[in-house]
Amino acid sequence: MRFSLIWQEKQLEQEINMKQFLVFIKKEWLHIWRDKRTLFILFGMPITQIILFGFALSNEVKNSKIAILNPSKDALSAQITEKINASRYFDLVKEIKTNSEIDLVLKSGEVNSVLVFPHNFEKDFNHNGFNKVQFIADASEPNTATTLKNYMSNILLDFQKTKNPNSVNPLQIKTEIRMLYNPQLKGAYNFVPGVMAMILLLVCTMMTSISIVKEKELGTMEVMLVSPLKPFMVIVAKAVPYFFLSMVNVVSILLLSVYTLELPIKGSLVLLMLESMLFTITALSLGLLISTITGSQQVAMLISLVGMFLPTLMFSGFMFPIENMPLPLRTISNIVPAKWYFIIVKNVMLKGLGISGVLKETLILIGMTVFLLILSVKKYKIRLA
Amino acid sequence: MKAVTINQISKTYTVQKEKTIALDGVSFDADLGEIFGIIGPDGAGKSSLFRILTTLLLPDSGTANVMGYDVIKDYKNIRKKVGYMPGKFSLYQDLSVEENLEFFATIFNVKIKDNYQMIAPIYKQIEPFKDRKAGALSGGMKQKLALSCALIHKPDVLFLDEPTTGVDPVSRKEFWDMLSELKQHGLSIIVSTPYMDEANRCDRIALIQEGKFLSINQPNKIIKEFKRNLYSLESLNNRIALKALKEKNEIHSCHPFGEKLHITLKENQEIQFFENLLIQNKIEYQHLEKIEPGIEDCFMELMLSKQ
Repeated sequence: MRFSLIWQEKQLEQEINMKQFLVFIKKEWLHIWRDKRTLFILFGMPITQIILFGFALSNEVKNSKIAILNPSKDALSAQITEKINASRYFDLVKEIKTNSEIDLVLKSGEVNSVLVFPHNFEKDFNHNGFNKVQFIADASEPNTATTLKNYMSNILLDFQKTKNPNSVNPLQIKTEIRMLYNPQLKGAYNFVPGVMAMILLLVCTMMTSISIVKEKELGTMEVMLVSPLKPFMVIVAKAVPYFFLSMVNVVSILLLSVYTLELPIKGSLVLLMLESMLFTITALSLGLLISTITGSQQVAMLISLVGMFLPTLMFSGFMFPIENMPLPLRTISNIVPAKWYFIIVKNVMLKGLGISGVLKETLILIGMTVFLLILSVKKYKIRLA
Repeated sequence: MKAVTINQISKTYTVQKEKTIALDGVSFDADLGEIFGIIGPDGAGKSSLFRILTTLLLPDSGTANVMGYDVIKDYKNIRKKVGYMPGKFSLYQDLSVEENLEFFATIFNVKIKDNYQMIAPIYKQIEPFKDRKAGALSGGMKQKLALSCALIHKPDVLFLDEPTTGVDPVSRKEFWDMLSELKQHGLSIIVSTPYMDEANRCDRIALIQEGKFLSINQPNKIIKEFKRNLYSLESLNNRIALKALKEKNEIHSCHPFGEKLHITLKENQEIQFFENLLIQNKIEYQHLEKIEPGIEDCFMELMLSKQ
């Protein structure tokens, strides 16, 4: 009898808590929904970033303008020219007649590179079994020039193979290079995981911390503290809407990258989503921690930006390879949660690894989350000041 | 049991290594069902006292009980039983009137309709605007909404920190009428205000100045304790008259009160003596009369005697 009473009471209390929890989430949702500008930024940002990185800020070179100087005018050189023009990397815009023109077209920026055939190209080729062409690239942009050079070598090599499939030179070491997981060396392979990490951090960490600090600034925290609401519930209820917003963002980033950037998801989609949820929770707990130690929205925003955004950009391996950093920086990079998420996304999405392949990183993230959550609940003030 | 009991409460803030004493060993009791006013100027320590009583701040020393619960140990119980309206409007501006009320009802685990009777006289006035965002309400309506939200869970004690600051005189009067009505429900109300003229609406008041209570009593008793003859002077030039009178040895106190000067004499003489004094000193005036003191006069007098 007594036990059943206690049990009933417990159940009643749970019911009350659940009701409070739901009404709090509803209130939080209304705040977000009615702030159309922020909402627009929240959803617009990932889409804009993906589109920006995908189409504007890529380091791939497409349709680079090329000029050709071809005094031979024979069938073989014409074939090569055609092949170059057909590739998506080069766009033949000019045929020049004299050597002196080379400098002119490069200087004027009319073209980025010039391919020069020698006289009697086909004849010499057939006679000697080999011949040379000259590739001149505008190296004022060194990365582009190198990339163009690689494209050109590939095209020529390819052509050579189709032309002469059985030619075997016994005294030749051939290096066969395979770019695994990203054969075309697409930039998207690197930045999609990076953008995902950044967006999740921004949305969860910054928005959560700001929304809690806002209640302090407006004085509503004061009223809320003088109520039976449990502090922990306030924290969780604040985080829930942002958690769902982030998931929507993850899905939209993935959809965009698969359908517009033609990025494959090689691994399990479920695993990818689960890992994203984990990282979202890590970012949320970071936001909660920031909100407990700051008193104004500006400070919260500043800490989120300087303390989260910049380290994420620098130490996640998204912009700068961590392997090249000096040891102290490499050590620092270990405490940046985004670094681990970045590795996880790359491994799951691009390499198609299962949970066993990202176990270490997952455990690290779980550890960080637990640590941050405990810290922020401990630091959460049940009173003012 | 008392609604509120506090004993020797002190609170000091340290801002940039500079110590400010907000409360300096204050004590008082407020009975159940009483409207207890804490009256004093800005910065006297009223808000600090309210925050200690609503368990938002910890006192440096002293003890405080609300409905028999200790503000430090039993803060959870206090938070269930009190209603609190901070000095600053603290509701969600982007939520509508109804949404705000609904939210506060739910977090206190009550239904609006169950306690509607309690808030009806107040809420009815803003109900026509229930779909309007709280941020778009006028000052008086915001205050009514805040009061409704603080009352929706039928608290035992209501803490109102400067509820009438920044509200027009008509709304202020209405507000005090509402408080008197709430008192009929058996509610204990602790209210602070910087307006001395509101003191008479309280059952008992505490006058507070620089973290110390000057006096705690019923308003009329505090007035009765004012033993001096008080004169109201309407001079031709208040600034000159004030300066001249302050230098006179016979004058005990002289304070500007709106258009007039309120004056007491050291030797509590009759009006004739004062009239002569004015004439001797060539202070021109239109009107002079002996008046009954108000709370503000008492406050000034108490402040002077404490110094």
